[in-house]
Amino acid sequence: MTAELRFIDAIHAGLQASLAADDAVVVIGEDVTYGGPFGATKGLADEFGRHRVRDTPISEATVMGMVTGAALTGLRPVVEVMFVDFITLAMDQLVNHAAKLHFMSGGQLRVPLTVRVQGGVRGRFGAHHSQSLESWFTHTPGLKVVAPAFPGDAKPLLAAAIANDNPVVYLEHRGLYWDKGPLHDDPVDGAVVRRPGTDVTVVSYSKMVHSALAAADRLADSGVEAEVIDLRWLAPLDTATVLESVAKTGRAVVAHEAVARGGLGAELAATIQREVFTELVAPVERVGAAFAPVAAAAALEDAFLPGVDEIERAAGSLMAFGPPPP
Amino acid sequence: MTPDLPEDQLVDLLRRMLVIRRFEESLIKLAGDFDIGHFHVYIGQESTGVPALAQLQEGDLAFTTHRNHGHLLARGTDPAAMVAEILGKATGTNNGKGGTLHIASPEHGFPTTSAVTGGCTPLATGAAFAFSRRKVDRVSVCLFGDGALEEGSYHESINIAALEALPVIYLCENNSLEALGQKANEYPSSTMAAAPLTDLAASFKVPTITVDGTDTGAVHGAMAEAIDRARSGGGPTFVEALTVRWPGNRPLWPQLATGVTDLTYAWDEGAIPQDHSKWHGAQDGVLRYTRELVTAGLVTTGDVLALDGEVSTQIEDAVQFALDSPYPDPESAFEGVYA
Amino acid sequence: MEDTREMLYAEALVGALRHQLATDDRVHIMGLYFLGLTPHRQMVAELRDEYLDRFYYPPIAELGYVGTAIGAAMAGLRPIVDIATASFMFEAFPQIINEAANTYYMSGGRTAVPMIFHFNHGVRGGGAAQHSHSPQAMLWNTPGLEIMAPSTPRDVKGLVKTAAASDNPTAWVDHVRLFDTSGPVPDDEDFAIPFGVADIKRAGSDVTLFASSWLVQRALEAAELLEQQGIDAEVVDPRTLSPLDEEAIIESVAKTGRLVVVDECHRRCGVGAEIMAVVTENAFGDLRAAPIRVTTADVPVPFSPPLEEHIEPTTDKIVAAALEVTGH
Repeated sequence: MTAELRFIDAIHAGLQASLAADDAVVVIGEDVTYGGPFGATKGLADEFGRHRVRDTPISEATVMGMVTGAALTGLRPVVEVMFVDFITLAMDQLVNHAAKLHFMSGGQLRVPLTVRVQGGVRGRFGAHHSQSLESWFTHTPGLKVVAPAFPGDAKPLLAAAIANDNPVVYLEHRGLYWDKGPLHDDPVDGAVVRRPGTDVTVVSYSKMVHSALAAADRLADSGVEAEVIDLRWLAPLDTATVLESVAKTGRAVVAHEAVARGGLGAELAATIQREVFTELVAPVERVGAAFAPVAAAAALEDAFLPGVDEIERAAGSLMAFGPPPP
Repeated sequence: MTPDLPEDQLVDLLRRMLVIRRFEESLIKLAGDFDIGHFHVYIGQESTGVPALAQLQEGDLAFTTHRNHGHLLARGTDPAAMVAEILGKATGTNNGKGGTLHIASPEHGFPTTSAVTGGCTPLATGAAFAFSRRKVDRVSVCLFGDGALEEGSYHESINIAALEALPVIYLCENNSLEALGQKANEYPSSTMAAAPLTDLAASFKVPTITVDGTDTGAVHGAMAEAIDRARSGGGPTFVEALTVRWPGNRPLWPQLATGVTDLTYAWDEGAIPQDHSKWHGAQDGVLRYTRELVTAGLVTTGDVLALDGEVSTQIEDAVQFALDSPYPDPESAFEGVYA
Repeated sequence: MEDTREMLYAEALVGALRHQLATDDRVHIMGLYFLGLTPHRQMVAELRDEYLDRFYYPPIAELGYVGTAIGAAMAGLRPIVDIATASFMFEAFPQIINEAANTYYMSGGRTAVPMIFHFNHGVRGGGAAQHSHSPQAMLWNTPGLEIMAPSTPRDVKGLVKTAAASDNPTAWVDHVRLFDTSGPVPDDEDFAIPFGVADIKRAGSDVTLFASSWLVQRALEAAELLEQQGIDAEVVDPRTLSPLDEEAIIESVAKTGRLVVVDECHRRCGVGAEIMAVVTENAFGDLRAAPIRVTTADVPVPFSPPLEEHIEPTTDKIVAAALEVTGH
């Protein structure tokens, strides 16, 4: 354990450690020598040299292709995409190339690439800077996806992403950047139970884990013990931890900030429904954003964003379904 | 130089420039008191946008970027509705759905604002495609900064425009002159191997014009030529307007680095303070145009101050209107996804 | 009885395009690969020759020309743009997702984007990893797009008519394997199928088979095979994914109590996952067995024919799933 650091500092520390440990690691992106918009890469260019911390033009498509090519030929690039919305520009290179080259080449090629990208709703940026697109990445075979919720997990997950021989999308919620917590270097494998409970399972990841924990506190006040699971890895998905919990509680809520339709919550609901059908006493409830783009006005942004209230309400509604079968 | 226009129109150009300047200054001041989120101001480019867009006619369209305020105001969009939108109010241009990054005013020729770098280039090209196919006498203007040239969308778009001889003007506002960018840990500046930037249009056989973006007359003339070419079936033109990066745009969040603009600097050289003397004396297009009008005897200093007073009052009223306006009903966040 | 004529899907598709060109001069078509590289493409070439000034053959610049179509839709045209193979759509994602889908909402309802994006999705035989995508799940996760997925000649005619009249951007999910199928198509020029209304392609009482696009045909084939084993399968075709006729699916499951979701998207976070979730949320008490998904596996699509067949949702797999879910 070390001193408490902010989430953004944990990412910085993770990049610093990987750059120091392995000459093949390079950091590439728009304005990364400057530090990026939130300072995640600040000072790294001075420390490791501009040959290893490189700025690019505003050319997301080409840059994604370039880092894929670099990953194929011996580097372990960490590319920063400034907002997840801008990954739309790089989708062809990410989905048609980086994700598939290992498989498509019959295993001859490897793409050890980390795509750092921040997103989510915070700061009234409007529809082009606030999306949560993770289900696109979890839907794409060949990509791995991580989404830390705590500063402590941020560093080892980044190390794991960089060490992985596959393209890994590392999702950062900018609403978490200023959260503080103790750092550690212990490996972060799979999901973790953040709060044990017996009555209902709440599955979440990234910033929404904090809402889930707050909702669990409120539920406890009314005598409902919620078990909160922080997925951490979205692909591969640690379904064993989720299913084990739901088999015990018989009730599940899946909560995320992304639009519910077509989101990861659908996948978890489908899996839970299929795998622990006989243990379920209530339908799987999904908490996700409404089917609308993100509006800019604060009042509208708040309405769009699901949170503690919605999770509490969803979990509460499942309690009406009676006790699990013996 | 001043554009070759009747006197009332010359004064109207000044009025529009002042509307933009006072609007943006007010916004920066407002940001000190209210959390209005991240925004980008057009200060230092008024002498480009105003004469360029003043020549558009009803039905012509323009597609702009995150630095959109000046463009919308140049064509007469209501500043009150714009401040309201930026503050997230129900009375905003987009009813709070868009914010600063996405201001839309179709009645002034702005269907949408894309806040993705390079997003506007295919859209403007497409509007020109529609005009060409509909055989209507309309032009489309694509407004973007030098950074957009780094995106592939620009290159795909201008190729299509050139092949189809579309009535579109690519107006690149290169505001990176004297930008220190990363060298000084400032807001980063563009990175482009091509120089001059007009090479990126010339290679598609698109005619190019480079103008000093602080020279209202030169911008007016360049755009007149480009618009005339577009309307007469001559296809696209690439105009590069060069402006100096306003010192207040250097940090990530705009600051009134050169103070609230004092128009007396236009005719009283002695009043210009030592700090930023180059900006006030030579690089600020609004002061330059004011100076030109006064020197040519087209307006008196009193006229300028009176006009500025009117504009300042209009902007103060706009801000007050926005502050007094209600926030939208939260439930409206879920409405209007589909037409 | 309505008057119909038996025709190929490809004929119905071209007929629908011709009708739009003939009846609305705002309709312009970009791209020529509606019918892929199949021999039927000649029909598109003939249509182009009929309407030369209404077709545009773009450079290989998906981002540029799809964005151009979006801009044109904002300026008075109603473009129908063909992206050919769905995998190429990723090049145009910034314009489709950020501009077309968002503009109406983002502009506070001031600017609409009335247009259609056509693309051929799915496993087509030898397409391998870069020509076999089914991107509809990703598009579905994007509010603001309408998504239609016709499965018969009749449906393609009726859905194109509705999409063309809509002021929203519509993704037209198409499949080359449909082009050679045939069926009755109404003669009525004004025949339109409203969005958000599912079609029970085959009524049954034992198990609900949900399928869209080309897989409706496989589900129907599976239903025939199941009938031979005494299982009466109902085939529910949503026809549009956005809007989705949730009620029809829920009603069917309420009747059968058993569900097999057939989907050509990859499994994880595919269309099938969403359908399972919707049913779980709304028909939990009606389910008599754990529902099953039959989808494309979570691997890139391989080239070799036996590998390809092994990872795609085949008729045999649908039958096996239906047998399992009905306890056989």
